[in-house]
Amino acid sequence: MLEITEGSHAVAEAVRLCRPQVVSAYPITPQTHIVEALADMVADGKLDADYMTVESEFSALSACLGASAAGSRVYSATTSQGLALMFEVCFNVAGMRLPIVMTIANRALGAPLSIWNDQQDSIALRDSGWLQFYAEDNQEATDLHYIAYRVAENPKILLPAMVCFDGFILSHTYEPVDMISQEDADKYLPKFAPKERLDAADPISFGMYATPDYYLEFRYNTDKALKDAKSVIQAAGAEFKQMFGRDYSAMVEGYRMDDAETVIVAMGSICGTIKDTIDDLRAEGMRVGLLKIRVFRPFPSDEVAQALKCAKRVAVLDKNISLGAKGAVALEVKDAIYSSGIPVYDYIIGLGGRDVQKKDIREVVTLAGKGQGNIFVGLRKEVL
Amino acid sequence: MADKTCELFDCGHRACGGCGAALAARLMLKAAGPNTIVVSSTGCMEVFSTPYPETAWKVPWIHSLFENASAVASGIEASLKKQGRTEKVVVMAGDGATFDIGMLCISGAFERGHDITYICYDNEAYMNTGIQRSGATPYDASTTTSPAGSHSFGNKRPKKDMPEILAAHGSPYVATASIAYPNDLIQKIEKAINTTGPTYVQIHVPCCTGWGFEGEQTLAIAKLAIETGLWVNYEMVDGKVTKVKKVVRKPVEEYLKTQKRFRHLFKPKRQDAEIAAIQVMADKNAAKYGTEIKLKKD
Amino acid sequence: MALAVGCRARPGKGRDNKTGSWRVFKPVFDHEMCSKCGTCQTICPEGCITVDAEGFFDPDYAYCKGCGMCAEECPKKAITMIQEEK
Repeated sequence: MLEITEGSHAVAEAVRLCRPQVVSAYPITPQTHIVEALADMVADGKLDADYMTVESEFSALSACLGASAAGSRVYSATTSQGLALMFEVCFNVAGMRLPIVMTIANRALGAPLSIWNDQQDSIALRDSGWLQFYAEDNQEATDLHYIAYRVAENPKILLPAMVCFDGFILSHTYEPVDMISQEDADKYLPKFAPKERLDAADPISFGMYATPDYYLEFRYNTDKALKDAKSVIQAAGAEFKQMFGRDYSAMVEGYRMDDAETVIVAMGSICGTIKDTIDDLRAEGMRVGLLKIRVFRPFPSDEVAQALKCAKRVAVLDKNISLGAKGAVALEVKDAIYSSGIPVYDYIIGLGGRDVQKKDIREVVTLAGKGQGNIFVGLRKEVL
Repeated sequence: MADKTCELFDCGHRACGGCGAALAARLMLKAAGPNTIVVSSTGCMEVFSTPYPETAWKVPWIHSLFENASAVASGIEASLKKQGRTEKVVVMAGDGATFDIGMLCISGAFERGHDITYICYDNEAYMNTGIQRSGATPYDASTTTSPAGSHSFGNKRPKKDMPEILAAHGSPYVATASIAYPNDLIQKIEKAINTTGPTYVQIHVPCCTGWGFEGEQTLAIAKLAIETGLWVNYEMVDGKVTKVKKVVRKPVEEYLKTQKRFRHLFKPKRQDAEIAAIQVMADKNAAKYGTEIKLKKD
Repeated sequence: MALAVGCRARPGKGRDNKTGSWRVFKPVFDHEMCSKCGTCQTICPEGCITVDAEGFFDPDYAYCKGCGMCAEECPKKAITMIQEEK
């Protein structure tokens, strides 16, 4: 059913439809509307979950860890400083192979303190072993939650997943979103029934320590599971398309790529602005396309290489920066197409909520055409 | 009443010979029984009991991080509630994990009132990492980060009063216990587990390796701690001290001289002022909790 | 045995580690002096002391670390620590 709804509320409703048994979250702008909406749902009997108002994000994810190990489907949401506080637990959850799903309402990391959007927070945890999905709009943000649980809980995968959507830009924006029914959600996402859980009937020790004789093999297995998730995402996405008409089987999505000379690569809501700019540029005769990355972990190297093979040049937009080096997406794209020899120009853009407009995308296309990359787009030199 | 013949802590674990914590784990499981989920913090107990693929735990058990056992336990409790399951959730954490790095999580868990039992095995330092000072390290104890030297008598601060802190959170049952009195320990843990709400038992657990004494003396030294008044065994029900173990008190020196961690109070020179200060602490404990056995005079 | 998912295990393999090999001293239990109080079994950190059909106690030498706590605590002094001959 199509509704005009705030991004946060659409996400909360999607989570409700997934029937988590335990919700454990700590408030932080701009995620608060999600957890408040879920609290309302519990208070009104619309969501049958134990709702824990924990004392920090660190405890939020730790509580989810315990509940998941005990056999419950769980949920949390955070951003920025909260996600940074969860750093230790994130690695722990992935290593313990617990399928927790968490929404990240992407926000810049302090210092300096910022409540506005960029993707540094979730990008900073790309090493952690979590699946990472990035939503372009609120429809994707909503749908990706069903898919995230479905993929995470697959017995061959059993890894946690972050569903990332840009803070304020998506979380606080009203867009039309098609909500699926509870009956359909139940069909798509069966009950969580892990083979192994904390259970007196079958005592297992979870979270043992691994000596150097074993640690490498555990890490190998976890990495393999994350890479194996590609085919599970494909299947889950294809089934979603069959049931609901929206296709999430691909980890990347091209827009007007067919004969594109310049391809822009980006993740998240910026893709909407890029698409509008591409329509303008195309009307002016420029052959520009967009490759949107929807799944960042596991990184779709093969899919990116395949999609970009005919491009003359690639312009990667990063709403993050690995300080002292480059943006994370640019580095991964370069790695994916290394042997092609196609030049990749990298741009840092939109940090800390700096508005990205069509003129900025135009500027990127112009700079890429001149072979100029490694630029902070829109840098206000007069302020430096 | 717990089935005392049931051994839920398997042989083959890697604790030091004479380890007080290993005994505490065994006794806890006798009190708790098989329908228990144990949450351990990082520390000696977790390390000596679970090197993959060997585990000593014959009940469901989970270790996550150093500081979050209470939060993990809270999540497990919430999950079990939603699933309608009956297992009891028991945390086993050392003093470092409880008094220091875990304060955030334990405070939150107790404030939210989860039905969990938190057991702190208190060996008065970070033992697994090599005997460093914690908030539970007693005054003048020498540890590697509060060492005695020509300019120091060791740890400068008294023990943090965790039982009081958790009683202040509204815990319906708080107790201190010692492996010196195993039956009392088992009874207290049973009571804690069977009391609804967040309950706390702090077990005094001498560490031969960390405190510097021969393994066979573990229980004798635990007894001396109580007999000198430096450790008091008591219960608090709804914040009020109820049963207290009464003793005919011995001077603190009899306890201090048994352990290398206090050796600097006697050698090379006897430190009368320091020993006197420790005696005052023991006297205050005795007065506060009423541990004196009044001997009748003819 | 395939590597577990997420570093976890069921109990059992712990017993492969025969900690009796750690011993320097070994406890010898004198049943003549034993009062069957059960203290030794209660306080052994290994939990390796078992009771036989007649109510007497003995350690499992495969796991006994020779810590000496049982000998120290036995009220009848029925347990003696002797240097083990290897």
